Amino acid sequence: MLKTATGLPVYTKAFGAAEASRLLWRAGFGPRKGDVARLAKLGLHGAVKSLTEPAAEQLTGPPPTDGRFPIAPNDAVGHDHLWWLDKMVRTNRPLIERMALIWHDWFATSNTGVRQQSLMLQQNQLFRDNALGSMSDLLKAVTVDPAMLLWLNGVQNTLRSPNENYGREMMELFTLGASRGYTEDDVREQARALTGWTATQLPGAGATDFRYEPRLHDPGTKTIFGQSGTFTWEDSCRLCLSNPQHPSYFVKKLWSYFVPTPPDKATEAGLEALYSADHQVKPVVEAILQHHALYTGPRLTKPPVVYTAGLLRATGRGIDSSLWWKLDTLAGQRLFYPPNVGGWDDSRWLDTSTFRGRWFVAMLALDPVRINEQSGDSSLPAEPKKLVDHAADFLLTTITPDSRILLNRFAKAALPQAQRFGNAPAIVVNSLRQLIATSPDYHTS
Amino acid sequence: MRAACSCNEFSRAELLRRSAAQAGNGLPAIEPGMPVPAGTGLSRRDFLIGGLGTSLAVYGGGKLSAALLQNGIAQAAAFATPSDRILVSIFLDGGADSLSLLFPNGDPQYRVLRPRLALPASSGIAFAEDSRLLWHPSLAGLAALHTEGKVTVLPAVGYDHPDKSHFTSRHYWQVGATDHSLLTGWMGRYLDAYGVPDNPLQGLSLDATLHPELATAKVPVSTLDAPDNYDFSLPQIKLPLQPQIMAMVSDLGARHSKASDPALRQAGEVASQVQRLRSQLRPFQGADGSATVKSPVAYPASQDSFPHRLAGLAAMLALGLPLRTVALRAPGMYDTHAAQANTLAQGLKLTSDSLLSFQRDLEARGVADKVLVHVWSEFGRRAKENGSQGTDHGAAGTGFLIGSRVAGGMLGEFPGLSGGLDDQGNLKPTSDFRGVYAALLEQWLGADASKIIPGASSFARPTLLK
Repeated sequence: MLKTATGLPVYTKAFGAAEASRLLWRAGFGPRKGDVARLAKLGLHGAVKSLTEPAAEQLTGPPPTDGRFPIAPNDAVGHDHLWWLDKMVRTNRPLIERMALIWHDWFATSNTGVRQQSLMLQQNQLFRDNALGSMSDLLKAVTVDPAMLLWLNGVQNTLRSPNENYGREMMELFTLGASRGYTEDDVREQARALTGWTATQLPGAGATDFRYEPRLHDPGTKTIFGQSGTFTWEDSCRLCLSNPQHPSYFVKKLWSYFVPTPPDKATEAGLEALYSADHQVKPVVEAILQHHALYTGPRLTKPPVVYTAGLLRATGRGIDSSLWWKLDTLAGQRLFYPPNVGGWDDSRWLDTSTFRGRWFVAMLALDPVRINEQSGDSSLPAEPKKLVDHAADFLLTTITPDSRILLNRFAKAALPQAQRFGNAPAIVVNSLRQLIATSPDYHTS
Repeated sequence: MRAACSCNEFSRAELLRRSAAQAGNGLPAIEPGMPVPAGTGLSRRDFLIGGLGTSLAVYGGGKLSAALLQNGIAQAAAFATPSDRILVSIFLDGGADSLSLLFPNGDPQYRVLRPRLALPASSGIAFAEDSRLLWHPSLAGLAALHTEGKVTVLPAVGYDHPDKSHFTSRHYWQVGATDHSLLTGWMGRYLDAYGVPDNPLQGLSLDATLHPELATAKVPVSTLDAPDNYDFSLPQIKLPLQPQIMAMVSDLGARHSKASDPALRQAGEVASQVQRLRSQLRPFQGADGSATVKSPVAYPASQDSFPHRLAGLAAMLALGLPLRTVALRAPGMYDTHAAQANTLAQGLKLTSDSLLSFQRDLEARGVADKVLVHVWSEFGRRAKENGSQGTDHGAAGTGFLIGSRVAGGMLGEFPGLSGGLDDQGNLKPTSDFRGVYAALLEQWLGADASKIIPGASSFARPTLLK
């Protein structure tokens, strides 16, 4: 049995293909061939455990290239995105990568302010290493992470001249929520406590040698949340996590990445109790992934990179083009470039512009696996309805009854229209794959 | 007031998710079978009527009566309502430093508070309405338009009890109220009250994603990277049935735009608007699929898409496309906690030069009287500089109203750095953004502001137009 606090409801109905598929999309990047059946067989508890306690990392499939050469993630523009997307596609630890993506959004740092891909990748590894560990470790690591020290001006925050940027966001966005449990005075005092970090600027190479220097730290007494002491950056982190407003912010924010409707009061209280004990992330994630709201509640829009990685996982294709970072940018999500420190706006992934980006992602993902439109494929069924099933099965997905009616109609009308272009069933199946991959069904899970 | 907002607050992500879920309510049903508008070489008016006419059929069996629908289409196409004026919102993202945009060179406190950041007097451009203030040298374009009476300056615009969070404060500006719980944008509510149910271009976000000030509860709005760039084909990949596939995308969307599941419904609405927008933007698509915007004036050359988007916007307006409210993000980074001088100068220069080109473009095309641009930021910055040659979050900021019809001059006083700072050392507002919004709605768009801005009657209305 998984550890859950009293009062946390667990999904108790049959855990079949539909539930396994939803879990794979919410807690990862969708299924690879065989994943749905394998997970369904494990049952809910076993399936969740297989995600939260995966085997050592193993990347299956061809290593990433930009179409000609191996990628250079530390140096080449966009290859940072390709590097992470490749991990999402080839990993056997999807929840770890999905959690890294959540932390990237939570502690949103952009390379527009950091300007060193190597530092962004270093931060990315931090998110992966602390994916399901302790929030206390994670917050401390992020607070003094070089990319973050550059992004929110930690290296400019000194005894003589405090800079409030990190101190404010660590409370507003990372631990407490806007105007919850802190005042403007706390912002200023946090900035003082956080002083002491610095780096050396190397001409042409950017900042390097990030370190703590006691002479830059403000040794005086600070008053934060009504407590006084000669606080340091570590105290800052500790005080934020022990603020009574923190657990509710933490569990609700974490929940919102997995389930689109807010938790009910009992669930909220249960999650807070579970988390407050020792600030461990894994038990909270396990409780959310077992909660009935995840399986019986409404659908969640897939973030663009989840959508892209999912299509590549389903089609068994690796990263073999530099176009992926450009198309994901069009779709509204360039990794390592969140729009601001608040992260991406998860309510607005889809609009008339980002839809076009996803359209191109689907086109490019499906192109090399298209059935030859001249010679066709003799194993294709003749019946329009069966062609729809064939296309959906290929994408390892199911379609809603509403879409089914229209796609059946499309297949029937398209078969005679396609004849003048070549092998009609092949052309229709290829068209259906594009339609299913860009349908409202597939944009959500 | 703030305490009441914070007690029961769910995370911001959740608030935004809920807002998206609600933004779908009340969208009209669109029937399957939307045809791709056929033919090329239609004249502008023919295109609008013809183009909208072909699309009109697809709405036939929805919630709307045919007569009401005809009326809505006719309004959009004939472009002859009292609101044939366009309001453009431009956001300086991050909290632009009001004490640099127009710097108080003549205030004795300026160089005390800004020992390292103070701009040299010799670099500034004179500002007629207040001799203490000088324009930032990068704003030469706006200064020139101001001299022509085409820019109104708001030197200290904001609200009481300012919030120093980027996200909370910009939310206030986006929804048009100091209210955490509002889920629609102020321009979105204007469209809900005065827009039509079938014209996504009435609320256009010229950006990669939707600007929240345009979020509606009932009527459709759209998002577009650039008007000449909305094709759905890739040169290296050919789909033999592309027209039929695109029609089916729209059908699938329409079907799901009635779904009870909010995410499915939102995806459906977007998919059904894609086809509508494609038909509206047909004038930008050449016979070979390629398209360009031809501008009568030069725009700044830049990697940033802002000047290109403004050039496209001018072209759309000249074509008579049924736009009403438009939102863009200005280039540049305004959250200048460190090394402010260069960052700010670059962003301001591209913004100002592009806006100057845009105004000249509109004048050359003869549509300048129809357009009013509002430039805003979520707050200004702390009067006292920090130690990183930057500034931290402040309160009142600078706003601009730009266009041939604006009153020009200055709106609200510059409060000065001695008596004009609050107890945290931030500039106090001398005008309220909600009063500005109410005046824009009433005087520019001819709308009843009390339907759109909560508590509208309590805000003084500045006179905005000539």
